[in-house]
Amino acid sequence: MRIVGARLEHADSHTLERFLATGGNNALRKALLEMTPEAVAAEVLTANLLGRGGAGFEAGRKWGMLRKAKRRYLVVNGDESEPATFKDHLLVERDPHQLVEGATIAAYAIGASLAVIYLRGEFALGLERVQEAINDAYRIGALGRDIFGSGFSVDIVLQPGAGAYICGEETALLESLEGNRGFPRIKPPYFPAVIGLYGDPTIVNNVETVSNLPWIVENGGEAFKSLGSGRSTGTRLFALSGQVNRPGVYEVEMTKITFRDLIFGEEFGQGLAPSRSLTAFIPGGASSPWFFPEHLDLPLGQDEVAKAGSMLGSGSVIVMDDSSCPVRSAWRIARFFARESCGQCTPCREGGTWIDRIMERIERGNGREEDLDLLLDLCDNISPGVVWPPAQTTICVLGPSIPPAISAAISRFRDDFLLHIKEGRCPHA
Amino acid sequence: MGRFEGELLVRAEKVAGLYPDPRSAIIPLCHLAQEQDGYVTEEAIAHIAELVGATGAEVQGTASFYDMFKFEPVGEYVIGVCTNISCMLRGGYGLLEAASSTLGVPPGETTPDGMFTLEEVECVAHCDKAPAVQINYRYFGPVDSEGFAELVGQLRSGELDGQIPKHGTLGRVLRDAPPLIPVEEIDAERARQDGEREARAASREV
Repeated sequence: MRIVGARLEHADSHTLERFLATGGNNALRKALLEMTPEAVAAEVLTANLLGRGGAGFEAGRKWGMLRKAKRRYLVVNGDESEPATFKDHLLVERDPHQLVEGATIAAYAIGASLAVIYLRGEFALGLERVQEAINDAYRIGALGRDIFGSGFSVDIVLQPGAGAYICGEETALLESLEGNRGFPRIKPPYFPAVIGLYGDPTIVNNVETVSNLPWIVENGGEAFKSLGSGRSTGTRLFALSGQVNRPGVYEVEMTKITFRDLIFGEEFGQGLAPSRSLTAFIPGGASSPWFFPEHLDLPLGQDEVAKAGSMLGSGSVIVMDDSSCPVRSAWRIARFFARESCGQCTPCREGGTWIDRIMERIERGNGREEDLDLLLDLCDNISPGVVWPPAQTTICVLGPSIPPAISAAISRFRDDFLLHIKEGRCPHA
Repeated sequence: MGRFEGELLVRAEKVAGLYPDPRSAIIPLCHLAQEQDGYVTEEAIAHIAELVGATGAEVQGTASFYDMFKFEPVGEYVIGVCTNISCMLRGGYGLLEAASSTLGVPPGETTPDGMFTLEEVECVAHCDKAPAVQINYRYFGPVDSEGFAELVGQLRSGELDGQIPKHGTLGRVLRDAPPLIPVEEIDAERARQDGEREARAASREV
């Protein structure tokens, strides 16, 4: 079952011709000419479309929280930078018109005064493709003044980022969009739907979330909800990477396949290299707690994964086999967060930096046995109790994203850590 | 050099006019400065400040937060080798070492001829093609040490010129659309339509 990825089987899926030949803008016409904004929002609420960016908040509920001020904005979050996440990258390069159609539908539903698509700056080709799609949309009357003669008008502006992971956090993204450093805003207010861009109510939705809207409008919220099960409705793009034979982006109906299917299945990852065995996998991007072989039979569903102590997050599954060093993997993840910390909060800025340094010294063979307790103590200072979901001492969740990898590695691979320390080198090198 | 001139000045003024608050143009304009000069010069910062109604310090303060902005000359090609988890698991660090020895400079430095700057970069969202390399933000992968040397050879011979513009040029597709509709106009029209719908709904109830 393909929804957001339906067009990707065509090599020219990014062109206006292919878009229009495969039902492009049918949903936009339907929404604008046959439905009220409230009716569109109601379908999205019925669909129970969970945000595809990482937090998994219901898009329909988020829209419902929008303060009904005179000026409101829609911002599409395309700042995809969570390690191992590459599904939005695919969508913006391969189906940019669907994104523009979805954004225009969202703008109509929430009554946006202006819509902005914020794309990660490094996505040079994506920026070209999306700009082309925006230009095309203006040319054919699908954007701008009086779209398709419906009386609805809106503009979309494409905004490039400039290389900062933290700008994926929605309030940091808004700061960046206002021309500032990407500092997450202090909460409350918890939601940009109350106070967002330029202080006005703003809806921030992820690229994949928005790309689902045309299908939902065309087929109805009930049809979307009939796919998947429980709170996990519809399909989702899973980005599979690491030590697996066929890494890639796979669209699957939610909850219908397991991690084992995704990693080992013939139509998906096709397993590991010969004679290798799985030691761990990360189910939802670098900030989610690690899973192990005993978790392979969990279904790919939001609540199922949460109940098992992790998160589906950005839908990125990272596979590690027994040739890899778990200390090194945990260190690399910690180093990423340390480097990307915006520096506002002490626990994240200092804690992340020290964890990076201590992990590096263990991996390089200069660690001490007491480093393990020191690491856990640092984790506890960033996120008290080192529990899941994480407690927070910081403005945003970047800092609390460090402890899961460290604590998982230490509790599961303690012997590996001790071997590094005893032998004075990485046993996997 | 420095201040926007000619065609780029026209583009810069257009970009500054795209937002309800022109300060939102700071990041796009810094990209434009890099397109012109390869890095963000002090003169460009001053000019951007004039265009958006900020101070130079404010523009500098914003720009210095972001990894993509350079404040001194870099190579014609900025080559990033990803070593984040998915690339690391497939040889990212080995590739970074090979890249360093091929180019003869450590990560963070530029070759003496000014052709290449090598960087170790964080996840570039190309993980199914790990280990991944970006050259002026155009993506390649999976790349091994021979493949890297080959890429460098192609860059030197100009074979990839069409595919990879010089450093600083991001999207080559420019906005081609009518002038923005003033947000005040959209707000007023929405209020009018909302009012009409509510009146219709109310009359149905009666």
